Amino acid sequence: MAARAGSIEQLLAAKEIVISCGSGGVGKTTTAAALAVMAALRQDGRVLVLTVDPARRLADALGLEGFGNVAKPVPQEAFARAGVEPRGELWAAMLDTKQSWDALVRRHAPDRATAERILDNALYENVSRRFVQSHDYIAMERLYELHCEGSYDLIVVDTPPTRNALDFLDAPARMAEFFSSRFLRLLTAPYRSRIVSFASKPFYTVADRILGTEFLEDIAEFFGLFQTMAPGFVERAEAVTRLLHDRRTTFVVVSTLEAAPLHEAEYFVEQLGAKRFHLGAMVLNKVLPSYLLDERAAVVAERLRREAGGVAARLAPELGEPAQVERVLAEVADSFLRFQVVAQREAEQRAELAVVPEVVATVPYFDADIVDLGGLVRLGERLWG
Amino acid sequence: MTALLDRRLLFVTGKGGVGKTTVAAALAVLAAQQGRRTLLCEVDAKGDVAGVLETAPTRFREREVQPGLWAMSMDTEESLKEYLRINLRLPAMARIGPLARIFEFVATAAPGVKEILTVGKLAYEVRERHYDLVVVDAVATGHIVGQLAAPQAIQELVQVGLVRQQTGWMLDILGDPQQTGLVVVSTPEEMPVNETVELAGRVREETNVELAAVVVNRVLPELFGRGEEAVFERLTAPEHAARLAEAVGEDVTPVLEAARLAVTLRRTRAVHLERLRTAVDVPLLYVPYLFSRSHGLRSTHQVAEALGQELGS
Repeated sequence: MAARAGSIEQLLAAKEIVISCGSGGVGKTTTAAALAVMAALRQDGRVLVLTVDPARRLADALGLEGFGNVAKPVPQEAFARAGVEPRGELWAAMLDTKQSWDALVRRHAPDRATAERILDNALYENVSRRFVQSHDYIAMERLYELHCEGSYDLIVVDTPPTRNALDFLDAPARMAEFFSSRFLRLLTAPYRSRIVSFASKPFYTVADRILGTEFLEDIAEFFGLFQTMAPGFVERAEAVTRLLHDRRTTFVVVSTLEAAPLHEAEYFVEQLGAKRFHLGAMVLNKVLPSYLLDERAAVVAERLRREAGGVAARLAPELGEPAQVERVLAEVADSFLRFQVVAQREAEQRAELAVVPEVVATVPYFDADIVDLGGLVRLGERLWG
Repeated sequence: MTALLDRRLLFVTGKGGVGKTTVAAALAVLAAQQGRRTLLCEVDAKGDVAGVLETAPTRFREREVQPGLWAMSMDTEESLKEYLRINLRLPAMARIGPLARIFEFVATAAPGVKEILTVGKLAYEVRERHYDLVVVDAVATGHIVGQLAAPQAIQELVQVGLVRQQTGWMLDILGDPQQTGLVVVSTPEEMPVNETVELAGRVREETNVELAAVVVNRVLPELFGRGEEAVFERLTAPEHAARLAEAVGEDVTPVLEAARLAVTLRRTRAVHLERLRTAVDVPLLYVPYLFSRSHGLRSTHQVAEALGQELGS
C-alpha cells in the first residue's frame, strides 16, 4: 500500500534520519519514540530510536531494562503485550556522552599514548562529563556514526535539552571552526615551544594573575593534546554537517499550543529554512479536545450554571441531596467554561501560526501518562493521521 | 529555616515548559511589593523576563522596572569586563576588549568559566549588599548543577591565582542557607516530578546550595468534594444524562465530557503530586492552574498573589 502523500507515514517511508526538535517539555522524546514505534509497526525494515535524554520511563515503555550507548532490540514480548505485531524491527539506544567522547578521542588521537594522556587530563574530564554543552556536538556525532554503521533503514533521534534549541545544528561547524582558530594556536604556543612569543606576552601576564601558571599550563596542555586530533576532528565535523543537510535527513518540530513553546517552534522553523535543512512536519502536542470549542455546549453550560438549583431539584431524588446535586451541576458547568477559555486560546494560537509546514499532525491531551508500548502506539496512531 | 524571601540569593530552576520564568518573576514582584529592594536576573538566554513583566528587553545594566524591582540579563562577557575593571583596575576598555574575546574562546572549551562569571556576578551583588534579594531566573534543571557547582569545579582545577581566591567567598555565600537557596519549579506531571526528585538528590550531593522550596505550578482545582464525585458518576449514567439533556439541552454531552477530563487529569496528577510530596523534604508551594486568556504581567501578578498566600504573607 502506497503511503498517503503529505503524511507522517510518507515522511518516515522516504527518509533515513528523522530529528525531533522543539523546546523543553513539549514531548519531543516521546514523539520520537512514537514515530519509531509506528515505523517499525507499519513499515518493513530496521528502525532505531536514539534518545539523548536518559529517561528511564522510555526504556521501561520499550520493554528494555535500561539501555546504553549500544543499541538493543526491543523485545517481541513488549509488542505482544501491547497487542500489536511489528512488520519491521525496532532498536533503541541512548546517548552516553562520556563514552562517546572517549571513543572519539581514541579514534582521532595520533597514537595510543596521546589518547591516554587526553583521557587523563583534568580539563578533559570536565569537558566530557560535567558540562552539558558538550552534548550538542556529541549527539550529532553519534547519529553520524550510527548512520555510517549502515545497520538501520531509519534512525529517529530526539535533540539535547540545550539552552538554545538550535545550538546542536551549529555544533559540528563550531567544532571545526574551533580547531582552526588563531586563538587556539596562540594559546598552545607556549606549550609547544616553551617560549612565550613576544606578541602573546601581555595576554599571559594578565591571564597568569587571574588563573595562575599551573592552570594555564593545564589549559595549554589540554589544547596542545587536543590539537593533535584536529585533522580528523575537522573532517568528521564536516561530514556530520553534510549528513544533517542531506536530503535523506528531515526535521520534525514538536510544540504545544502554549505561547512560549510555539513562539520558539516558529523561530525554529524559520531557521531550518534559512539554513537549508529539510522541515518534514510539525507536531502539535497536548492539544485540548475540540469539543471544548462547541458553542452550543457553551450555551448549555451557561444555562446549567444559572439554573443549577432548579435542575438539581428536578433530578435530585435519584442522584443525591438536592444541595449536593446543585453544587455538582454548578461545578460541571464552571469546569467546562474554564477549560473553554484555554481551548479558545489554543485555537487562536493555532490560527495565528505564522509558518505552516506541509505536514501538521495534532495530538490530543491524553488524560493518562504514556507508560508502555501500548501508550506509544496510541500516540503514534494519532500522529499517523 | 530562613523564610524564603528573607534570604539574599534565590536561584529558580525547573524543567522546560513548567513556568520557571513566570515563577521567578512572581517571587521578585512579591519581594518588591513587600518592600525589599529586589534584583531579578535572567541567566537563561531563552528566558522571557521582559515578556512576563511586559517591559523593554533586559540588559546587563540593571533597570528599575517596577518600584523596588530591578531587572537585568546575564552577559558573561560584560561580567568579565566588570570583573577585570574591579579586580585588576584595568582602566582602558580598549585593552579589555581583545582579552574578553580570548576568554570567550577559552570558555568554549574550558567550560566552567562562563558559569563562574555568572555565579560570580550574582554573588558579588549579594556581597556588596546592593540589594535585599537577588532572584535568578536560572538555567533549566539539566544545567543547574553545573552552574551551582562551578566554584567548586574551578577550585579543584585552579590551584593559585586571583580566580582561586575569588571562589572562596563565592562558596561561602552559596553554601550559607541563611543567604542562598534553590527553588525548583515543577508541575504535577510525570516528567517534571521525576526531574525535580532527581535534581533534589544531585543538588545535595554535588553542590553546597540548599534546596529551599519546590513550587508546584498549574495545580488543577479539585472539582468535587466528599460524596460529590459519586453524584457526578450517577449523573453521567445514560438514563440520568438523558434527563439532564431534557432539562438544559441536547448539547450537554461535551459539558459532561469536559468534567470527566478534568476529574481524570486531576486524579493522574494527584499521584505525581503525592510522589513529589514524599520524595522531597522541603515546603511545597502550590500555584493554581490559571484558566486565563493571556500571559504576561496579569498572570505574573496572579502567580505572585498565590505564592504570597502560600508563604503566609
